[in-house]
Amino acid sequence: MHVFADPTNFDAYLSGFLWILKLTGASAVFALVIGVLLAAMRVSPVPVLRGFGAAWVNIFRNTPLTLVVFFCYFGLFSTLGLSLAEDLNLNNYWLGVIGLSVYTAAFVCEAVRSGVNTVPTGQAEAARALGLTFAQTLRIVVLPQATRSVVAPFGSILIALCKNATIVGTIGLMESSNVMKDLLNANGDAVIPIFLVFAGTFAALLIPTGYFFGWLANRLAVKR
Amino acid sequence: MSTSSVLYDHPGPRARIRNNVLSVVFGVGVVALLWWVYSKFDAAGQWEAVLWKPFTEPATWTQFILPGLWATLKAAAVGMVLSLVFGIVFAVGRLSDHWWIKVPAGAVVEFFRAVPLLLMIFFVFYGVPFLIQGPVSAFWAVVVGLTLYNGSVLAEAFRAGIRSVPGGQSEAAYAIGMRKSQVMQLILIPQAARAMLPIIVSQLVVLLKDTALGYIVAYPELLQRGVNDLAANKGNIVAAAMVAAAIYIVINSLLTALAGWLDRRSRTRGLRVPRQTRPAAAADSTPEGGATVSEPQG
Repeated sequence: MHVFADPTNFDAYLSGFLWILKLTGASAVFALVIGVLLAAMRVSPVPVLRGFGAAWVNIFRNTPLTLVVFFCYFGLFSTLGLSLAEDLNLNNYWLGVIGLSVYTAAFVCEAVRSGVNTVPTGQAEAARALGLTFAQTLRIVVLPQATRSVVAPFGSILIALCKNATIVGTIGLMESSNVMKDLLNANGDAVIPIFLVFAGTFAALLIPTGYFFGWLANRLAVKR
Repeated sequence: MSTSSVLYDHPGPRARIRNNVLSVVFGVGVVALLWWVYSKFDAAGQWEAVLWKPFTEPATWTQFILPGLWATLKAAAVGMVLSLVFGIVFAVGRLSDHWWIKVPAGAVVEFFRAVPLLLMIFFVFYGVPFLIQGPVSAFWAVVVGLTLYNGSVLAEAFRAGIRSVPGGQSEAAYAIGMRKSQVMQLILIPQAARAMLPIIVSQLVVLLKDTALGYIVAYPELLQRGVNDLAANKGNIVAAAMVAAAIYIVINSLLTALAGWLDRRSRTRGLRVPRQTRPAAAADSTPEGGATVSEPQG
């Protein structure tokens, strides 16, 4: 444990996980918003919107996240000159958030869409019989019920997102996996403790999250 | 329900006009965005023929893209086989009657599902050489990481599948005098594997995508050879990334289509598809927590 007794290493460890949490938090919000909008597009009456949603999902769900993040850096930043912050780290952070958000939004969209499918047909039919428009049907009747059945998939997506945040290290952000790599290279005598601390921190964050979402899903489940 | 028809009425004249207006407005918006990206790339000179010409030359394909693709597929294939074995072993272990098998198997599966793949690859690639006093090849770092992570996810999928086999099946097997191992091998696993096949294939898509992490430890896969190394020679990084993305999308779409086909096939053959495959799984309270994880996780 002498590795983490050194304040420099300990600070690096803390800031690595702070980046992970910040990436997860910001990307989760953006991915949720984009994902729900995409899902609404995919079930909408307008063919162009449906096609746009389907194209988004097919492109981003089938591309490796590493390539998406890579493209955010070399395509958006290096080539298009999209600079999001003066600070180099902060710029990489926001590029990472863009990559994680557009990638995760595809998964959110599919989860919401299959959640919409679990709402009994009669609900939407009754809403239409009352004269609600498509937007009203979706917003007032279908989505609130679908939300309850997508809690469990959302939990898995959030956990996957937190783990995927490590991939932003590819473009040079000193997040936890990069910190671990440096510590491993500098401390060849303590590789197992270093790995166990980093992996254990992820496990301590994510295993309870998984059980929490499982519990929440059971609690919110529609009893039919 | 088929969402396309239930959520809204058949459009009348006014709705048709509104839908058309929306189509045009949104379509113009998307085209404008694409045009903006196109012109920005154009201004940056990314459409110059010299950047795209390499893709018409055989050397680009034989020296960079195809060897990269081959390495990707090789790592994915080895990872798939090993993670299927890992998944079956640990699923059966977690369902064991003996606590000294069940508890460690459960701990291993929960641990590796919670640890990012990249962390495991880094540990095997940078950490293990200190322990064994010798280098670890990037190939094995990638394959071991993929196996531990995807194997754990598959173990949970198998476990959900095995538990979804109707209880009468194993009772009947015990009644005709089968041993525990025979019940598992001859009755439960074959039925579970068929029912879980679509989920297994979608997890394999995740595995194939995750081979791209090999780029970070310089394993010469598609992203490393076809994008990084190619661009180092030709200076066409954006073009190369687009071509690589297209290749990934084609391969993964084929695998996804295979998963969909298997799903439909198992439905039409009247096989029992476990309830856990649907997102409504949350509604079915499972006896033990945590077995509802059957969404592919990447």
